[in-house]
Amino acid sequence: MPSKSKHTISMAPVWQAFGTIRAPFMDLTFTAEEEAFRAECRAWLSANVPRPALPSGDTGDGFAAHLDWERKLFDARYAVVSWPREYGGRDASLWEWLIFEEEYYRAGAPQRVTQNGIFLLAPTIFEFGTQAQKDRLLPKMAAAEQTWCQGWSEPNAGSDLAGIQSRARRAHDGWRLSGQKTWTTRGAFCTHLFGLFRSDPDAERHRGLTYFLVDLSSPGVTVRPVERLDGDEGFAEVFLDDVLVGDDDVLGEPNHGWEVAMATTGSERGLTLRSPGRFLATAQRLIELWHAHGDDPALRDRLVAAYVDAEAYRWQTFWTVTRIVDGARTGSESSMVKVFWSELDIRLHELALDLLGPHAELLDGDDAAWMKGYEFALAGPIYAGTNEIQRNVIAERVLGLPRR
Amino acid sequence: MRFAFTDDQLAFRDGLRALLEQECTPAHVRDAWTNPTGRVPGLWEKLVALGLTSVLVHDWRGGFGLEYPDLVLLLEETGRFAVPEPIVETAAGLGPLLVQTDIDVAVGDTLVPWADSARLIHTARGVHDPTAVELIARPSVDGARRLFEVRGPAEPFDSVAVFERITLGVAAQQCGLADRMIELTVDYAKERQQFGVPIGSFQAVKHHLANARLALEFARPLVYRAAATLEPAHISMAKAKADEAALTSARAALQCHGAIGYTTEYDLHLYMKRSWALARSWGDARWHRDRVGTAIL
Repeated sequence: MPSKSKHTISMAPVWQAFGTIRAPFMDLTFTAEEEAFRAECRAWLSANVPRPALPSGDTGDGFAAHLDWERKLFDARYAVVSWPREYGGRDASLWEWLIFEEEYYRAGAPQRVTQNGIFLLAPTIFEFGTQAQKDRLLPKMAAAEQTWCQGWSEPNAGSDLAGIQSRARRAHDGWRLSGQKTWTTRGAFCTHLFGLFRSDPDAERHRGLTYFLVDLSSPGVTVRPVERLDGDEGFAEVFLDDVLVGDDDVLGEPNHGWEVAMATTGSERGLTLRSPGRFLATAQRLIELWHAHGDDPALRDRLVAAYVDAEAYRWQTFWTVTRIVDGARTGSESSMVKVFWSELDIRLHELALDLLGPHAELLDGDDAAWMKGYEFALAGPIYAGTNEIQRNVIAERVLGLPRR
Repeated sequence: MRFAFTDDQLAFRDGLRALLEQECTPAHVRDAWTNPTGRVPGLWEKLVALGLTSVLVHDWRGGFGLEYPDLVLLLEETGRFAVPEPIVETAAGLGPLLVQTDIDVAVGDTLVPWADSARLIHTARGVHDPTAVELIARPSVDGARRLFEVRGPAEPFDSVAVFERITLGVAAQQCGLADRMIELTVDYAKERQQFGVPIGSFQAVKHHLANARLALEFARPLVYRAAATLEPAHISMAKAKADEAALTSARAALQCHGAIGYTTEYDLHLYMKRSWALARSWGDARWHRDRVGTAIL
């Protein structure tokens, strides 16, 4: 550490030189190219977003309607803008991706029923997949020809994910999978599942797991839809009975599935699950609702607080993306992001219901989407690792508190 | 888009931190509670020598002619160390308008901290000559903040920009205070043992601190954004969230410390009480949200 005298005497000349060495300076504007990209996205979305809104993508009919939309996005190269061109993307930068997301939600475009594939599995394939796996899986995922669901949770492995009991047994022609996965979102509609299976029962719990990719039309797979809180069959239980998968359906190394699953949870695309555009758009719609129904100053204060939080999330993301562009790798900070957006989403929807008053419970009419959105928002602090677990991660890995 | 500080800006922040680690320790702040001025003797001159009061001053007035993003991290540091000096009021507030960069200015709406030791006083009524006013001392919960009501003549002065810049500086200080209180508490929770283990291993303690860290994580970017734009609505968002971060951190810090945190022998109260005072100065969170509401609704 420099001495005291050094500070009090020698800083001024350095300050004087400051004006000549200030680049790269803080710059809160988008480039002309980025603004042009925004305008292009806005125009295309405005012309193409389906009206009236599609039925819920978490029902059979709605899912099919959403697949049509996904294919339209793909044909216009908007399905996976940040991916390389060869796989259907545009090589868009992270900034452009954020711009696309802002415009997507601003336009009130449909939910992305492909999200678990394109946002959660794909980054893992980009990092751990073989060239053959990338070539085989990514184009079909981008085109929504194959749709992916997650196979993490089991009846006895929720927050304690390493308690997974589903087994993978080595066979002469590949691997045989047996066991049960649960709370599999859109499992009844998707064609494929990715998840962890115990391949070495004698190893320590976090070891001996392998990351598998499973075709749900394989013999031995049974899928049972489960109705969710909002009445949609968005959940499923997936039973696997001696299901054959090949060696090329292993992502990463056998018995190293935990590292594969965890390595990308906090990675740069970890922020892709819920981008700020989503909450900014919700806050904007709340403002419209306020103009229609609002007069209570207490609700006005909550509205502004929620709007400020959506802005805070946007600027925290810009902060993080700048670091990623500079080459930093984000890690456990993603736990802070997850807690923040999931609890913000609930505040936004609770406020909408309070503004609607006695009409909040109605399941028909233009405002019914708020109750549906509220029910979905309530899942946020539970899925993708409960917020209790995330707060433990923040305390232990960001603040450095002891694990036990 | 590039939302980050430059290496130079971070280096100056580190330089100031190194200075304050020596010159504004908890013992210095504690001494300010009982000494005649409420300030740290000699510290003002060192902050001036370091250039803090010159950052926003035009170069043709002998300043550095820099901008708020060059200053905001430095003000955050003065919060981290609970610097008992009118540094925000001077460096961000009135200083940029003055000819001399070594003058300290006490600024307040009606209650003015350190008005008796500053060379210029500014209130809602205008600028005052300290030799021509009567000062009525009022005790603050933060013993280092020597508060005064100012009676006597004032020179009217348009101070909208002064208000905005000071408010933002206070928001930056709240972030520094929040960070310091979290740091103090994390250190304590790692050391303090109960039931045979560090209390920081208990989930209830972890979650208090995680909440404080979360509040800070999402306040800072709004403060830094406002430093770049200086838009009133952005400044209000910054102050509202920074106050929330500081008050959440103060509550968590006190609760996690337990009884030791409730004493004045322990250092926490020096930072906690500053955050309480600043949270209601220059518009509280509710006032600033109301101003944001006027802009967006």
